[in-house]
Amino acid sequence: MARIGLFDIVGPIMVGPSSSHTAGAVRLGLAARRILGAHIQRAKIALHGSFAATYWGHRTDVALIAGLLGMGMDDERIPQALDLAKKAGLDYSFESRDLGDVHPNSVWMQVEGSQDQIALAGASVGGGRIQIFELNGFEVEVDGTYTVLMTRHRDEPGVIAEVTKVLAVHGINIAFLDVSRKTRGSEALLLAETDDPIPEIVVQHVQRVPGVMVVRTLPSF
Amino acid sequence: MEITSATQLLQLCSERDFDLAQAVAEYEAFRANTTCDAVRESMRDTLGVMRASVESGREDQGERAHLIKGYGRIYSSAKDQGHTLGGSLFQHAILYALSVAQYNAGLGRIVACPTAGACGVVPGALLAVADELQSSEEELIDALLVMGGVGIVSAAQGPISGAEGGCQSECGVASAMAAGAIVHLMGGSPQQVFDAASLALQSHLGLVCDPLASLVEVPCVTRNATSATTAIVAANMALAGIPGVIPYDETVVAMRKIGKAMPESLRETSQGGLAATPTGLRLYGEMREKYRL
Ligand code: SF4
Repeated sequence: MARIGLFDIVGPIMVGPSSSHTAGAVRLGLAARRILGAHIQRAKIALHGSFAATYWGHRTDVALIAGLLGMGMDDERIPQALDLAKKAGLDYSFESRDLGDVHPNSVWMQVEGSQDQIALAGASVGGGRIQIFELNGFEVEVDGTYTVLMTRHRDEPGVIAEVTKVLAVHGINIAFLDVSRKTRGSEALLLAETDDPIPEIVVQHVQRVPGVMVVRTLPSF
Repeated sequence: MEITSATQLLQLCSERDFDLAQAVAEYEAFRANTTCDAVRESMRDTLGVMRASVESGREDQGERAHLIKGYGRIYSSAKDQGHTLGGSLFQHAILYALSVAQYNAGLGRIVACPTAGACGVVPGALLAVADELQSSEEELIDALLVMGGVGIVSAAQGPISGAEGGCQSECGVASAMAAGAIVHLMGGSPQQVFDAASLALQSHLGLVCDPLASLVEVPCVTRNATSATTAIVAANMALAGIPGVIPYDETVVAMRKIGKAMPESLRETSQGGLAATPTGLRLYGEMREKYRL
């Protein structure tokens, strides 16, 4: 068993009322914001299970929007998130949807910036911890323990090798590597969880790898 | 370095000649690959947030809460008008715990300790005692480290969530953590710290999690106040030399087993207990109608 952290017990510092339904929801929204890597203009949000049943009590809706606006779970502006969304030109909608056999505190989000759009699904698994389990239709496993480098690229020979080489050259160790695609030769997704933070220069180099379309980093959180 | 039980933590203290606060700081510094000073600084920030949440919660009108409104304010004014009983220590423990828990319900910024639902217990009890003793900030940080140590050994051996263990594992553990910290602040021995923790948790065994309408409001907010005062009672008994009889580790294991024996309806599902009373069901129905997706 991993050693229990002092500030996991005496903490987290967060905006209430619930670590799973509020704090975790802020982090799920923030993860979407970071993966899109841009200001979000439109968001379609589907709440599942306990999120759908009790969102109003724990203000899961407000929390998700706060995250989409880029707030962390202890941001004192969280209660005003819906008003701030209006000011920031973020259009959103909520619905209740059965996402199937997933964690009860799960949410699906489709978010759109001026250039790009992503869809992801994740769960708040307790104590403010989260898990993203679907990204653009690909099954993934991201919980924020590690820094993640994500690329969307053409499914061609050599792309993955080139991307990992860039990381190696910059002395970044890959802890886990996950590659998926829908059909051969179509768009593929690479998720590299790294032991070290990923500097901007690395992102720029990866962006230049032939076949790579989109590069994003998600710092550990 | 590991801390997985009270026995082990006490042993670490005697082997390395640490006091409890130091042992916890050393453990966390080792675990997070940082220094004891950095750990203390983080605890200082945590203390700052606790204090701020007491102050803000006292003023909070509760507009954002659903079933409860401004309990901190209500208690504060009743106390000032002499409508309530007790010396300043108990009055402050009740007031502070209510304020923080009310603030949490109204989307305030708090320290989950060990959970958001139980966030008022430790600040309520500990800050009231610190007022009384006029403790310095460094003494208070030591006490918070000890409090965290009690929390770590609890989490290592039992659940820390209403969904798994009922409220005994939220408000009960918070009360145990606070009781241990108070004993440390009073200069009690490490053994007395865990006697107090054991006595506090013993008083919460069997406590179910049955919040109305899936909110963290009723009975959570007022329970934070009773758990805070229980911490003070337990600390006093331990300081007087009354033993826990059942060691803290065994008490936590008992808590875990009781939690396992609790039906799901009494573990944060809002399907049993107070939530399933006629009034509880009516309030739930009203909320659901108002916020149907
Ligand atoms: S009743 Fe349940 S939700 Fe309320 S404080 Fe206790 S454990 Fe938390």
